[in-house]
Amino acid sequence: MAPRQPVMPNGDGTYSLNLREEERALISAIVPDLRGLLADDPNDEMLTRLFPTARPDDPEAEAEFRDMVRDELVTKRLSRLDIVAELAEATVLDQEQLAAWMGAVNDIRLVLGTRLGVTEDDEFEETDEADPESVARSAYWYLGWLLEHLVEASASEL
Amino acid sequence: MTPPSPVEVAPAGMTPPAAPVEIAPSEVRETTDDTDVRPDRPWKVIVWNDPINLMSYVTFVFQKLFGYSKEKATQLMLDVHYKGRAVVSDGPKEKAEMDVFRLHEHGLWATMEHDD
Repeated sequence: MAPRQPVMPNGDGTYSLNLREEERALISAIVPDLRGLLADDPNDEMLTRLFPTARPDDPEAEAEFRDMVRDELVTKRLSRLDIVAELAEATVLDQEQLAAWMGAVNDIRLVLGTRLGVTEDDEFEETDEADPESVARSAYWYLGWLLEHLVEASASEL
Repeated sequence: MTPPSPVEVAPAGMTPPAAPVEIAPSEVRETTDDTDVRPDRPWKVIVWNDPINLMSYVTFVFQKLFGYSKEKATQLMLDVHYKGRAVVSDGPKEKAEMDVFRLHEHGLWATMEHDD
């Protein structure tokens, strides 16, 4: 049996989204978590990777840059999460919706990866039930797999 | 036998340059004042390696944001991955800021620096 393709370009600018119920349930559960965190406290250290330092050499310039972009970065991220929440059960996405999925899934991975302290050498291994982070760890690897397919489908239309 | 029609020596529309072409100007023209006229392109946008972003995703973002070919985007991604960083664009300050913003929007670890 060929491996399942969760995202397939339809050739007309739309994409089929073929996810299982438990995958959609995971997305539906995790998106509001990140949305809440972003809306309540964008300075939470779990979100560091979403707002990197642009000017490490110059604290004053960094503060200026931050003032200029921070709100817009938060707004854009919230709107992508809203699109995904709304389309958690969708089976067809247009290009813009696909881009929102890709951005949101990547953001969630960045936050989960930060929380799990992922390093360059981490490789997938079966999760250990005793690991208190086993759920977050499986979600992280699952979302990596999904993201690969979202990227592949998007890149096919470049 | 009909004689050949007159041959056009130089096709219409192709006129020689009005002034002699200077291959190597004998004297350098100097600007009239002391203003530095170099284009404002000394800002470099750098993307740094991180353990979370997928290689395929990083390549895709470079293609999408900068219009780079798959080959160029892949090479930049590999530089980020193996050398730890790569300069992905340059230009005036405003453009560099916009590029950093768009990279941050896509979750990449980008900084900008002035090349003195």
